[in-house]
Amino acid sequence: MSTTASDPNDLLPPDEPVHLLDPDGTYHADPDHPLDLDDGQLRELYRMMVVTRKVDREAINLQRQGQLGVYASCMGQEAAQIGSAYALAADDWIFPSYRELGAALVREVDAAGFLHLYRGTWLSDHDPYAHNFGLMSIPIGTQALHAAGFAMGAAFDDNPIVTMTYFGDGGTSEGDPHEAMTFAGVFKAPVIFFVQNNQYAISVPLERQTAAPSLAHKAIGYGIPGFRVDGNDVLATYAVTRRAVERARQGHGPAFIEAMTYRMEAHTTSDDPTRYRTQEELDEAAKTDPIARMRNYLTARDLYDQDLEDGIEEQAKATATAVRAGIYDAEHGDPLELFEHVYDDPTGHFDHQREQLQAELAGAVDGEDL
Amino acid sequence: MAVTLAQAINAALADEMEADPKVLMFGEDVGQLGGVFRVTDGLQERFGDKRCYDTPLAESGIIGTAIGLAMYGWRPVAEMQFDGFTYPAFEQIVSHLAKMPNRSRGTVKLPVTVRIPYGGGIGAVEHHSESPEAYWAHTAGLKVMTPGTPDDGYSMMRAAIRSDDPVIFLEPKRRYWMKSDTELPVTTEPTHEAVVRREGTDVTLFCYGPMVRTCLEAADQAADEGWSLEVVDLRSLSPLDTAAMVASVQRTGRAIVVHEAAMTLGIGAEVAARIQEGAFYHLEAPVLRATGFDTPYPPAKLEEYWLPDVDRILDAVERSLTF
Repeated sequence: MSTTASDPNDLLPPDEPVHLLDPDGTYHADPDHPLDLDDGQLRELYRMMVVTRKVDREAINLQRQGQLGVYASCMGQEAAQIGSAYALAADDWIFPSYRELGAALVREVDAAGFLHLYRGTWLSDHDPYAHNFGLMSIPIGTQALHAAGFAMGAAFDDNPIVTMTYFGDGGTSEGDPHEAMTFAGVFKAPVIFFVQNNQYAISVPLERQTAAPSLAHKAIGYGIPGFRVDGNDVLATYAVTRRAVERARQGHGPAFIEAMTYRMEAHTTSDDPTRYRTQEELDEAAKTDPIARMRNYLTARDLYDQDLEDGIEEQAKATATAVRAGIYDAEHGDPLELFEHVYDDPTGHFDHQREQLQAELAGAVDGEDL
Repeated sequence: MAVTLAQAINAALADEMEADPKVLMFGEDVGQLGGVFRVTDGLQERFGDKRCYDTPLAESGIIGTAIGLAMYGWRPVAEMQFDGFTYPAFEQIVSHLAKMPNRSRGTVKLPVTVRIPYGGGIGAVEHHSESPEAYWAHTAGLKVMTPGTPDDGYSMMRAAIRSDDPVIFLEPKRRYWMKSDTELPVTTEPTHEAVVRREGTDVTLFCYGPMVRTCLEAADQAADEGWSLEVVDLRSLSPLDTAAMVASVQRTGRAIVVHEAAMTLGIGAEVAARIQEGAFYHLEAPVLRATGFDTPYPPAKLEEYWLPDVDRILDAVERSLTF
């Protein structure tokens, strides 16, 4: 018995993350990562990043106004999410954690619906099968196994789709991504493990998660190639992911991508990042902003002008307004729905509990004490 | 020809895999070896290594990939090799398998069956004799069932696989070799119903899984003392068949709950609560429990002192009758 990897060195990540765009927008062609995007697609990537940031800001505002219980911002990670999600085909599946607003918008998940989990109106508001986008998963890294299993299922069915799962630098310390990569490697499942290394797990910095040379180096332990990319460079993220996706689609198995990025906002709106990082560090990170970088690139290519910016800005505002309208004072649904989807066949369950709630609701209507 | 519980479950797996090409069977050592208890014997040979396959030794991975496979459209049957090794999968079972259909507001179905050999009495080494059923029964979104006879082993396993709800299927490992003369296939009562295994008039024994046979033996011995015991096999631990429990106590007026699992906050506590709520004025004595002790499962040489047996059950019966 032997493993399938011919040369372990083929699985190791490059010394430096793949990088195509400088912060000033200068493009460096890379024969290993050719761009197959037309002008419209380049503008589309930019547009989606701007809309994501606008909705993200709106969500933070809504939380400040008491409309969301909490919110986990993706500010600074727009390129990592949108570049990677855009590299998938429509039939491919995404298994997100809870910070993937950008990826959700690529999949046209309704932005207000996405936030219902954070408002507490519903635990989810989208049909995963309508968007090929799984439910948000809060227990860290657990969704990696669902992506691996789904990819195994597609492979068993000779269906050439690919799955991608997102988790973070903290997630790489959990057991489930480890087991997911073990399974994916053994079964050659077409799954992309996309790690947004945003440098922090709430307050704990990367060096407390691993002593590995990089997160991507871990992949070799599963017989999976590890890739590293500048996650604030939307073109590089797209190109690296595209390569991994096509590789998986052709039956060469899973891949691990470490996207180097930075969480510009707090972990969530409940967090106080001033306790663990400095303004100087934030100022430095802001210089690598993914949106400004792409704008500089489009400008240099003569693909950007004020009309484009105005149009995108108008659309971003409209989306944010729709989010506000969908979330602000949004009513919860019928409390009796609590019992609706617990079991496909609820025979014998709940033992009069539904009737009890019904009676309590009737009492509440009548103004009686509960 | 007599069939054992292990053979009955094996036949159910084979028949369901034959009937539905979406059914997959996987876990540790379930392929070529046929499972450490041989419950999956011959399945890989018959259905191929894509329908019945060995996984890496990773329980969370087994359940987590089962969820992904079910989301895709397969109908997974996942084996946890032993009760004490389900704990690494606890998060996947409790946070995802049980909750995802609800969290998705019904858009995601997870027709996953988790097979778990459980319970003691076979002289096994530590962590191989646990009774973790209360954890699963306490978790909304799971169905929990356990056969006490080979016939139920066959029929309930087929029903579990066909269920669109996630099912924890607890197999009483010390009864794997218990025999039945019934010809398969056999269809027994619906899985959510309790079954009266022996009718009696003085005291009802409520039991399930490995304790069904023990309780029937106790009822035999009790008859020599002139006591008429009714034995009710609960079969389903989630949901619990409250109506059947109440009906039996309305007949007998006395109840003992018997299980291997430790007493405190075990299934017996829930059964006792439902009986006192539903049959309060019929009770002639407090509901008693004959169970394992509130200690970790003991080393093999001491398990006979720990496990409830005929003597412990009859002692409880006597206390009930003399109350």
